[in-house]
Amino acid sequence: MISTETIDGDIATQNLGPTHPATQGVFQNILKVDGERILSAEPTIGYIHRAFEKLAERRPYNQIATITDRLNYCSSPINNIGWHMTVEKLAGIEVPKRVDYMRVIVMELARIADHLVCNSVIGVDTGALTGFTYMFQEREKIYELYEEICGARLTTNLGRIGGFERDFNDIFHAKLNAFLKEFPVNFDEFDRLLTRNRIFMDRVIGAGPITAERAVEYSFSGPNLRAAGLDYDVRVMNPYSSYQDFDFSIPVGKDGDTYDRFVVRQEEIRQSLSIICQALDKMPSGDFHANVPEFYLPPKEEVYRSMESLIYHFKIVMGETTIPAGEVYYSVEGANGELGYYLVSDGGRTPYRLHFRRPCFIYYQAYPEMIVDSVLSDAILTMSSMNVIAGELDA
Amino acid sequence: MNNEILMAFINENTNNSAVCSADQYDMLNVNIKADQLIDLVDVLKNKQGFIYLTDICAAHYPEKVGAEFEVIYHLHNLIENQRVRLKVALAESDINIPTLTVHFVGANWMERETFDFYGVNFVGHPDLRRILNMDDMDYHPLRKQYALEDETRTDKNDTFFGR
Repeated sequence: MISTETIDGDIATQNLGPTHPATQGVFQNILKVDGERILSAEPTIGYIHRAFEKLAERRPYNQIATITDRLNYCSSPINNIGWHMTVEKLAGIEVPKRVDYMRVIVMELARIADHLVCNSVIGVDTGALTGFTYMFQEREKIYELYEEICGARLTTNLGRIGGFERDFNDIFHAKLNAFLKEFPVNFDEFDRLLTRNRIFMDRVIGAGPITAERAVEYSFSGPNLRAAGLDYDVRVMNPYSSYQDFDFSIPVGKDGDTYDRFVVRQEEIRQSLSIICQALDKMPSGDFHANVPEFYLPPKEEVYRSMESLIYHFKIVMGETTIPAGEVYYSVEGANGELGYYLVSDGGRTPYRLHFRRPCFIYYQAYPEMIVDSVLSDAILTMSSMNVIAGELDA
Repeated sequence: MNNEILMAFINENTNNSAVCSADQYDMLNVNIKADQLIDLVDVLKNKQGFIYLTDICAAHYPEKVGAEFEVIYHLHNLIENQRVRLKVALAESDINIPTLTVHFVGANWMERETFDFYGVNFVGHPDLRRILNMDDMDYHPLRKQYALEDETRTDKNDTFFGR
């Protein structure tokens, strides 16, 4: 991956990172540059490694949700819900249809929030700060929606094994309806600012491309793989949480460059909006959690009144719930790609082994290949358009 | 292609020595030997369309003498949408396994991560260094002998709950 061709033979070694104002997050790349042109790149990762897989081997199942928050912290609810569904699969818990739909709404909101961050930051890195400030207001509204559901904004710990801790309240519905009305208008404005903007297009077309063949070799997933031209989406391939009930399309790109990644994410935001509207329209009646008292905390007032509730409350809080032994791989379409949970249970109170398949970690290794022979400013763009999130990268 | 046909295909290509452990949660779970891995993945990738390497990780079972470590591969056939899990057991005394980077470039970091946390030696790997932990660390932290918390602590006593 080292280009030997030089302009005047004057090769410099340059540190991009670990903390650099242009890279959103803690990434270090040791670049060999010839003037502006990059000859080789050597990424160093692990600056915020927090040993989640080791931690998970000591925590009861319900306490691991808070670890998953900190993987891709731009879309924590997807990680939380993916983890809950993994445990549900292991324990054989069926959730009501209503829970599926509620989860779909939350996960698609999280996908929109994540894609908004990524795409508006691509704008920032090309010098268009305006769109970013507007889109962060929209993201703020999504965070307010999380707040109505679970009380938290960034590290949400949203939902429980078996469903949700409470039903969507009226304020949530009011705020969601307002969001669905206002957001498309503002989003279209953002779209008009950039997508067909000549300056922007000249800047990002051809920056950091990857072919579909190469992307599959590197096990890319999510928008980055689809931008390269392969329509792999876990929501369609292995529908979970009733995604088969919704009508949506999977945008694919052609060249796998920064522009394609940007456009694919833009279109995915629109598809996510459509999924949310469909889920709201078709929202089934029923309970907001499965009837699994051994996993789902009873209401607090019940704990003081009834013996069973007290027992279940105690067992869940102390991590004494029995869980079947077995091995399960479960994956959801995270905002960055296939977010997988490989869980080995020996029947104990904690997982015997838990491995997170983190899409960022897997596709970031292609970064040197994608930026070699391009200029430094394209390397910055490529990184932000790949949406490498340090939390997910380093686990 | 269902799991039985796939299992028959894997048996053909491993001289019937592959063991299908419980077919759990719809995914075929196949135990193979370390020296069969490269050839089996080769035919799976090139003849059966398992072109996508989902994941590589390992697990440590200290009580299984002679098979203390297990390296786990998840492959995905994107055309027929089928997944398979290959598992290779390794003894602590001979913790070597051929690298999959010959078939998938993306295996590079996944194997580095597995090496980092479990010390599995991927023979032939182009750049087998630690990836998430610091370079001068002298142990492999996800092995079970390393407790998460300091075991000499006396201020936290959970014995009442049997742990």
